[in-house]
Amino acid sequence: MIQIINTGVANIRSLQAAFDRLELPWNLTEDPALIRDASHVVLPGVGAYAAAAEAIDALDLRETIIDRLTDPAKSTLCICLGMQLLGTSSEESPGIRGLGVIDAQITRFGDGVQVPQLGWNNVVPDASCADTVYPAGEAYFANSFRLVEPPQGWNFATTDYDGQFVSSIWRGKTLACQFHPELSGDWGQELLQAWAS
Amino acid sequence: MLKPRIIPCLDVNDGRVVKGVKFQNLRDAGCPVELAGHYQEQGADELVVLDVSATRQARLAMLETIEGVRKQLSIPLTVGGGVGSVEDAGRLLNAGADKVSINSAAVNNPDLVNEMSVRFGAQCTVVAIDAKRKTDAPDLWQVMTRSGTQGEGIDAVNWAAEAQRRGAGEILLTSFDRDGTRSGYDLELMSAVTTACALPVIASGGANSVEHMVEAFAHGAHAVLAASIFHDGNMTVGDVKQKLIEAGVNVRQ
Repeated sequence: MIQIINTGVANIRSLQAAFDRLELPWNLTEDPALIRDASHVVLPGVGAYAAAAEAIDALDLRETIIDRLTDPAKSTLCICLGMQLLGTSSEESPGIRGLGVIDAQITRFGDGVQVPQLGWNNVVPDASCADTVYPAGEAYFANSFRLVEPPQGWNFATTDYDGQFVSSIWRGKTLACQFHPELSGDWGQELLQAWAS
Repeated sequence: MLKPRIIPCLDVNDGRVVKGVKFQNLRDAGCPVELAGHYQEQGADELVVLDVSATRQARLAMLETIEGVRKQLSIPLTVGGGVGSVEDAGRLLNAGADKVSINSAAVNNPDLVNEMSVRFGAQCTVVAIDAKRKTDAPDLWQVMTRSGTQGEGIDAVNWAAEAQRRGAGEILLTSFDRDGTRSGYDLELMSAVTTACALPVIASGGANSVEHMVEAFAHGAHAVLAASIFHDGNMTVGDVKQKLIEAGVNVRQ
């Protein structure tokens, strides 16, 4: 059973529909024990950085989620804002603490491009990750902020928008995507299936 | 870089897809859930579903339609038509929309753009503008509301810029004059809006060929919306994309 963390601030209908199409059972939860012990957990993210971080604290889930993300044996998927929450902070919400699982600040795209980035873009695994299974593909993005520097100790993929940014990172069974796999057509469905299996 | 998007549009009335000319003389064009599935298989990058119905009964049917479409769609879904409040938008998102398009209500109450953007994010807030050339000043366009029946005396280009300032994430720009006429998008309108407003703009109204789409992209459109061209079955989304690639447009494959 996939446990989707219910931060209450994310629109997750599309994600649920994607799991339904893949016939993967899911459950929406705020229960720390479930989130700690489940084989698969999703930290979804649509909405504002501060609202999501505050929701996590209000549910007293901060330590539980950090523990999961630092345990390479537990399958955890962080989507869009969920990926950004891995950082220490974001320019979107100054003064708000991220989960700090990676030592990075999330920054806004520059003025030279349209913000938000809204549409399909290429996702290319870095050459250093050639030994891992992560197919290049076209993914759907809807974001104004992003991670620029790949974090130490993680595999990563990049995308070109206002220069290269990090569009996905993965380590052990943790996968984080700036794009929306649930809205990225067959390629996205296959990525979800691979993560869940 | 971002890829120009091809977006089939389903105008839905009382649970059926309809198509008209200049927003009038609606005729039946099929079942929305079936059509949505077909267009996705053909390679559509996104789908827009607009509720053009007037009665409350049909509005409730619309939520079921959205749920049905969402079930099979693994691409983004924008829903609009008759959205009057943040609560309306929330109901559409709950039914499975990824983005909500607002039109008349935003013109009447521009704060709705701010409210939606704060509540659901800019990426979710699409401002739809129906623009009609002024008869006395053909290089100006006025905003039309209520399915094109009411002129608002508001300049469409200025309204697009204001929507951006208020937190919109995307503009769905329909030429009232070209809708259903198959004479091509209003390119001057597209240029004027993309010059005044830095948001992604979806061109809508008048497409009948791949050349029309190539022109729209050349005039600053980030995406093109089309209905008749696909509903009539003359060309699939795949056919259109193949021709766009041959024309040098870098669409999603």
